[in-house]
Amino acid sequence: MKTVPFYKNIKVLGVLTQVVVSLLVLFGLYFLGRTAYEGMVSRGIPFTFSFLWQEAGFSISEGKTIALEGGRIVLRPFEPSDAYWQAFFTGVYNTLRVSIAGIVLTTLLGVMVGVGRLSSNWLVNRLSFAYVELVRNTPLLVQLFFWYFGAILKLPPIRQASEWFGMIVSQRGVFVPWPVPGPGFDRYLPFFLGGLLAFLLGAFWSRGRRGLWLLGLLLLAAGWLYAGDPFVLSVPEKRGFRVVGGAQLSPEFSAVLLALVVYTASYIAEIVRGAIQSLPKGQWEAAFSLGLNYGQTLRYVILPQALRIIVPPLGNQYLNLTKNSSLAIAVGYPDLFNVYGTIANQSGRSLEGILIVMGVYLSLSLTISALVNAYNRRVALRGARR
Amino acid sequence: MKRLVLIVLSFLLLTAFGLAQKSRMDVVMERGKLICGVNGKAPGFGYVDEKTGKYMGFDVDFCRAVSAALFDDPDRVEYVPLTAKARFNAIQTGEVDVVFRNTTITTSRDGSVGVDFLPVNFYDGQGVMVKKELGVKSVYELEGATVCTNQGTTTEKNWTDFVRSQGWKGNKLLTFESFDKVFNAFMSGRCDAVTTDKSGLVGWKAKAPDPEALVILPETLSKEPLAGFTFQNDSRWRDALTWIVYATIQAEEFGITQKNLDEFLKSDKPAIRRFLGLEGTLGKGLGLPNDFVARVIRHVGNYGEIYDRHLGPNSPFFIPRKGSLNDLYTRGGLMYSPPFR
Repeated sequence: MKTVPFYKNIKVLGVLTQVVVSLLVLFGLYFLGRTAYEGMVSRGIPFTFSFLWQEAGFSISEGKTIALEGGRIVLRPFEPSDAYWQAFFTGVYNTLRVSIAGIVLTTLLGVMVGVGRLSSNWLVNRLSFAYVELVRNTPLLVQLFFWYFGAILKLPPIRQASEWFGMIVSQRGVFVPWPVPGPGFDRYLPFFLGGLLAFLLGAFWSRGRRGLWLLGLLLLAAGWLYAGDPFVLSVPEKRGFRVVGGAQLSPEFSAVLLALVVYTASYIAEIVRGAIQSLPKGQWEAAFSLGLNYGQTLRYVILPQALRIIVPPLGNQYLNLTKNSSLAIAVGYPDLFNVYGTIANQSGRSLEGILIVMGVYLSLSLTISALVNAYNRRVALRGARR
Repeated sequence: MKRLVLIVLSFLLLTAFGLAQKSRMDVVMERGKLICGVNGKAPGFGYVDEKTGKYMGFDVDFCRAVSAALFDDPDRVEYVPLTAKARFNAIQTGEVDVVFRNTTITTSRDGSVGVDFLPVNFYDGQGVMVKKELGVKSVYELEGATVCTNQGTTTEKNWTDFVRSQGWKGNKLLTFESFDKVFNAFMSGRCDAVTTDKSGLVGWKAKAPDPEALVILPETLSKEPLAGFTFQNDSRWRDALTWIVYATIQAEEFGITQKNLDEFLKSDKPAIRRFLGLEGTLGKGLGLPNDFVARVIRHVGNYGEIYDRHLGPNSPFFIPRKGSLNDLYTRGGLMYSPPFR
């Protein structure tokens, strides 16, 4: 057998090319980083993350941060005397808050509209169609401005705000009565956690076994009686410039949430519709011939199959929603990107800051992808293996 | 292919080193125009004129002064509108040559942000504006109020400090990207008050649909010396800019205006002749044309003229100057130029 010289060996050449290309890429990255660094040095701008431990000195309108208080790590509102890293944390907290709420609500709305697009009811069908086409074809930023300046800030001012059932709706936000820990809360806590655990186990582990659910319910109820008033209802009340008590949905949060939910739902609706329509017509006919009605067909036959097609593109929409939340800066909602803007300006550390912001968004997105992929594997296994 | 990569890389390398060595002065002269960062949305200071579509304002005139000094033409300027947030990055990255955008001199900006400031061209202070219907007469009545301001400004921190020093609880500070959004939110009732430099409040008040319905509260919360700024570690460029700003102040002290410049050019007083570049080498020493002061006065005017044009009694954004910090030191203000000698 004739030996092939190494420079003609396709395997060696392949490896060699890869090595050369990676070296070139690495060199390019190094060159860019080096140039940036030298440029900063020549202008006398240091590159350091030590600013993260300095006092921030500005305030953030909403959101919480973690802090060490009396040896315990607590979640509490951000204060100006906190450090820059805590300000970043508040930004991440707010981003997560709006993204998670947005993902849940947009999924519900999107699936509803998507199914509505296929409804045989003329009105529902046309309404869903109009919704999708109107929302999908206008920019998100424009919609965000509409929700904020055009809708929410047009609500009545706080002094003339409408009140229904203890709820106050004004341009300063929506205030709703909210349960807060009462005198018996500490005694109730073990029951509460136990009940929650039972529910969770019931839902995920034993696939809806009734006993665990009942146990959870029992624990919650018994604990309530034993502890006595674990929660009290805090009712919002107007006082001076502001509203005290209750839970507040700030106008900024509401606008960002509304915009993200409405916008993303129009895409999800199309994904759902596409998935349902991609199923063979025979599935519907077979289900009907078995005597299932429309709702049952959808619930037991169509949606479980469509889910497999829906999940991967749905994950994309979740990623989009999370990343789009950075538009919040336009209406002053203190999400990560907004807070970064203030931090960068107060500390002068914009490059370091933007690296942190990119790192956070990257890890958020990767986490969401991982979760969606895990779920995807689960639904894919349940049906016929492919 | 490989050769191409090599060429591109060596080109990048060369330009990178080239840029690092050269003063911005040479870059601007070669380019033949100045790239100047301005506000774009600050009534009276830097805004786009609705009729002409051109940038106008007090700060814009300092860009024009630099252009006049360098090119004997005030209009060889490319204006870059910058938000409060973007302005320092624009200098850090070298996107603009200089920024005149109502910016307060602070230690941290000079130190850790990495810019160098020019002489103060406007002494300002932070104020608070409310709607008349709120019935508030003083900032000390604003406990629990929601206040709006724009991001990346000293006002954010000042207001927080003020609230902290008063020991107030429940005050909220909302920050938006640009002041037009702040004002929009304020007018629609989202905030009880807006806060920014008083000069800015005057401008926005004048632009409101009903200026009479707004009140600027009497207190001044901070000192805000506003100045242009440029790169750190480029003293040739910074010196030139510094003395162009001083020239406008010195010209007012000498009483040289756009109108009477020609008479002064015939003057036989040595101080005036040196100042206007008729003798000596003051301009050359800075790397500027020797007659740069005369150019600035001819095209843009002295400090007082610039002030009156944009903020004087006949402008829509009147900010009284007499007896204020912005008057000449000879009249009790703080405007003072080191001697041109």
